[in-house]
Amino acid sequence: MTNISPAAPAAAQFVLPKRPNPVLTFVRAQPMGAVSFVVIIVMMFAGLFPQFVAPYNPLDIDFASILAAPSWDHWFGTDAYGRDIFSRIIYGSRTALVIGFSASLIGSTIGAILGIASAYFGGRVDNWIQRFVDILLAFPIIVLALVVVAALRKTVIYGVDVNLIIAISIPIIPRVARVVRAAALSVNVMPYIDAARAAGYSNTRIIFRHMAPNVTAPFLIMFTAFIAQAILLEASLSFLGLGVTEPIAAWGLMLSGNAADFYREAPWMVIFPGVAISLAVFAFNLFGDSLRDYLDPRFKT
Amino acid sequence: MLMYTLKRLLLTIPTLIGVAVLVFFMLRIVPGDIVEVKLRGDGGNVTQEVVEQERKRLGLDRPMIVQFGDYMWGLARGDLGISMWTERPVIEEIMIRLELSLEVAILATIFATLISIPLGTAAALFRNTWIDYVVRIVTIGGLSIPSFWFGMIIIVSLLTFFNWLPPITFTPIYVDPVANLAQLIWPALAVGYRYCAVTARMIRSSLLEVLAEDYIRTARAKGVYERLVVSRHALRNALLPAITVMGLEFAFLIGGLVVTEQVFNLNGIGQLFVQSVSRNDFMLIQGMVIMIAGFYVVINLVVDLLYAVFDPRIRYGG
Repeated sequence: MTNISPAAPAAAQFVLPKRPNPVLTFVRAQPMGAVSFVVIIVMMFAGLFPQFVAPYNPLDIDFASILAAPSWDHWFGTDAYGRDIFSRIIYGSRTALVIGFSASLIGSTIGAILGIASAYFGGRVDNWIQRFVDILLAFPIIVLALVVVAALRKTVIYGVDVNLIIAISIPIIPRVARVVRAAALSVNVMPYIDAARAAGYSNTRIIFRHMAPNVTAPFLIMFTAFIAQAILLEASLSFLGLGVTEPIAAWGLMLSGNAADFYREAPWMVIFPGVAISLAVFAFNLFGDSLRDYLDPRFKT
Repeated sequence: MLMYTLKRLLLTIPTLIGVAVLVFFMLRIVPGDIVEVKLRGDGGNVTQEVVEQERKRLGLDRPMIVQFGDYMWGLARGDLGISMWTERPVIEEIMIRLELSLEVAILATIFATLISIPLGTAAALFRNTWIDYVVRIVTIGGLSIPSFWFGMIIIVSLLTFFNWLPPITFTPIYVDPVANLAQLIWPALAVGYRYCAVTARMIRSSLLEVLAEDYIRTARAKGVYERLVVSRHALRNALLPAITVMGLEFAFLIGGLVVTEQVFNLNGIGQLFVQSVSRNDFMLIQGMVIMIAGFYVVINLVVDLLYAVFDPRIRYGG
């Protein structure tokens, strides 16, 4: 014991503390967020592999069981064409997730780039971008989306209406731009940005390599929250007959058209697709909310 | 105060011009116009000649820049142009539907105010108890449940439980208040839920912030009843940010109405907007967008001024 060099025990004491598992800390701090994340995972599984979950083909018309009430054969009943509502909801989650994810990703990314550029360049560029953002913010979300729908024709690539995704992502841009700009302004005054400038890095490099990684938290929060918005918006547009069109299974579409003619005879046609929309949007909203509480230290108390 | 008001008023003009320019050119990115939809919409077989003639009659054959100049000049004089479908002035089309939509919006606001203030206050006072969690779930529900579906559920419930449907024809409130409310209270409930949720969340978080202030501790320390601390000292200050949110949400209620009016078959602004989009009636779309944006900008301004009225620090601080 006595002839051990003094450096050895000291080195043994300075073992780095074990880094807490970020997933576990999130679950412990935000149990509701964890639950909503499980719901999201289940939905993603249903959207990715609907053929394993859905008992029927969502397009199969069965005139023998038109407007059948929920039963063991048809959990959520059938619609006016005898199509199984449960299967259509499962397949509809694919539509909702594809459009929700891509529209939110496009909108949040463009918004984030605009916001960072606005904060980084300042002055005249900032002014112009902010005026543009102000103009877009004067439109209610759905009104702006409808204007884009009116302006662009349907363009279907791989069964997905690209213009619908664009229409949903455009209203997201100014809202993300505003929040990310605020975050980027505080990053912009950091010494490491000055250092990067002094080192003579190009503007593009500083924006993407030095600033963008430091505004990831607000970006992620906005991205999740706007998936919820995008799913809601897709459902609304499809309900109005200006989004996804038949025979594709989409939740909003299931509520439109003749669903309203069967309020009395077949209320399940109205109830279940709406529950699916609400649950999906609820899960993403709650997850976004928990993510914000978890990532944003200002809200920690 | 007057100078501030005037300055803010002047600043709204560039935004509105921007909206007008943006909408005008956005709608014309892709060629094709209402004439196609109008004449060939139902598979009607019309010669190219007739299409050209109609285009000429509506002034759509002129160069785009001329149409744009014409449009902006009309706007400057307060003229929103003529609907390409009904060929009636856009302003007239909007005005005959405004009363209904505005009434639904006001009913929704009343409903939202009545519910959100107690809800938000309770959540803040009983923070991290079951009350707070229930309010949190109810309010996130308000943000998640599509208002149009909520409207459908209201109709289904009325049918199932009371075997009754709200009247379909609009009666102005000064003619027959009962019939009027029997029709409009339901869509107001449907769009009001979301409104209420947004406001309640705002009230909760701003009340929590205020309750941590020094002057609340002072009030408690000198022995003011907790009830008075909350109602006189805390809530008054916490309601200010809530007013902002309420104002902006009020301006955006039209968004909820766009879809919900469809469910209740109400002939209001929202339905007009959806119709004009599906008919490619560019003039009507433009006119309505400018009006909606103008409404938003004005409400924004009013909210800012109200802020100054309610908070003397802003009024005197400059």
